[in-house]
Amino acid sequence: MIGIIDYGAGNLDSVLKALGWLGFEAGTVASPDGMTGVDKLIIPGVGSFGAALDRIMDRGLEVPIMDWIADDRPLLGICLGMQLLFEGSEESPDRAGFGFFRGTCRRLLARKVPHMGWNDVEVLRPDPLFEDVENGERFYFIHGYAAFGRGNDALAMSDHDGGFVAAAGRNNVRGVQFHPEKSGPAGLRLLMNWGTKC
Amino acid sequence: MLTIRMVPCLDVDEIGVVKGVRFKDLVRAGDPVELARRYYEQGADEIAFLDVGASWKSRGTLLDVVRDVSRAVFVPLSAGGGVGSTDDFREILRAGADKVSVCTAALERPTLLTEAASEFGSQCVVLSVDAGRAGGSWHAFAKGGRVDTGRDAVEWAIEGEKRGAGEILLNSIDRDGTGQGYDLELLALVTAAVRVPVIASGGAGDFEQIGAAITEGGADAVLVASLLHSGRATIADIKGYLKDKGVNVR
Repeated sequence: MIGIIDYGAGNLDSVLKALGWLGFEAGTVASPDGMTGVDKLIIPGVGSFGAALDRIMDRGLEVPIMDWIADDRPLLGICLGMQLLFEGSEESPDRAGFGFFRGTCRRLLARKVPHMGWNDVEVLRPDPLFEDVENGERFYFIHGYAAFGRGNDALAMSDHDGGFVAAAGRNNVRGVQFHPEKSGPAGLRLLMNWGTKC
Repeated sequence: MLTIRMVPCLDVDEIGVVKGVRFKDLVRAGDPVELARRYYEQGADEIAFLDVGASWKSRGTLLDVVRDVSRAVFVPLSAGGGVGSTDDFREILRAGADKVSVCTAALERPTLLTEAASEFGSQCVVLSVDAGRAGGSWHAFAKGGRVDTGRDAVEWAIEGEKRGAGEILLNSIDRDGTGQGYDLELLALVTAAVRVPVIASGGAGDFEQIGAAITEGGADAVLVASLLHSGRATIADIKGYLKDKGVNVR
């Protein structure tokens, strides 16, 4: 079963609906007990970095997520859920993220922030996540912060008055800055890839 | 680079039909879900729902429609019409909308924008500005364009952004439904004045006018209704035209 971490993020239902449409068995995880029977985990996003960490801690999910990552089990972070996998964020400078990906998320330096809408995604290296997804395909973004730099674990980049990391991955952990659950057929393809190949 | 968004708008009333639509062979009356699904397949970048009944009964219909559509359509959904409180925001977001648009209530009580933005994030707060010409400028209208508030529409858009709106839905009430084209002068003023995305609404009668809203008006997104509902064009037709004009579309 795919478990979606429930920390009060608004888009959790959208992710559930998209997975349901694709035929996956999926449910929410609101407590450590909820991890039972889960073999793939999603951390969704929407909200602020610090507030999300607070809620994850309030629900006792911080340690189970850290263990999950340490055991190299399949995980997908979406939007803020991806940012939480980095070391930290300018949005909440005093808070530490899960630190799986190197680097700190910073505010986008663009004329229009948040970055809202469909933007093209340049895949840097082959990954099962992007299998059968055209390079340059558009996905739906809505965010004010992002990770930067092509180094390390960047899988794909996008550009909004400057390049930023659109997807990252290492071992069994993936993160996407866009919302695959709101990105039409390409987004569904990516979720299908993740659910069956990552 | 961000693409320009094409946003079909579906009006919902008490009995669930899509108001103002000449259905012809396009789709059964009373099935906005099927219509939304069709636009999604044509390449809609987002879908907007407007409760034109603005009663408890039409709100119920709106919520049902959003709930059903969100199970089968995987692009952002926005909904509005008669939104008056953060409770309304919550109810509509829970049904499956990603954004909620608010018009009259924000004019009456601008702090609603701030409250909604702090509770749900400004990305889901859309300020709908119904602007009508008043001499050399534009006023913001309330109650579906029936009440002139006397407030300058451009100033109101700027204030709305400051108070937490993450997007402006700019509707020209002089042009709405006329097919004469968007009010480009108004659009250019607002897109230059705010830093949040602006959706142009009201008046698209043909492809050229949509193109002008983007290239001359600076719109980030375009709301389209009758052009699509009448069956005169598909989203793919409009995007094909725009692509030829050098506009970046999905």
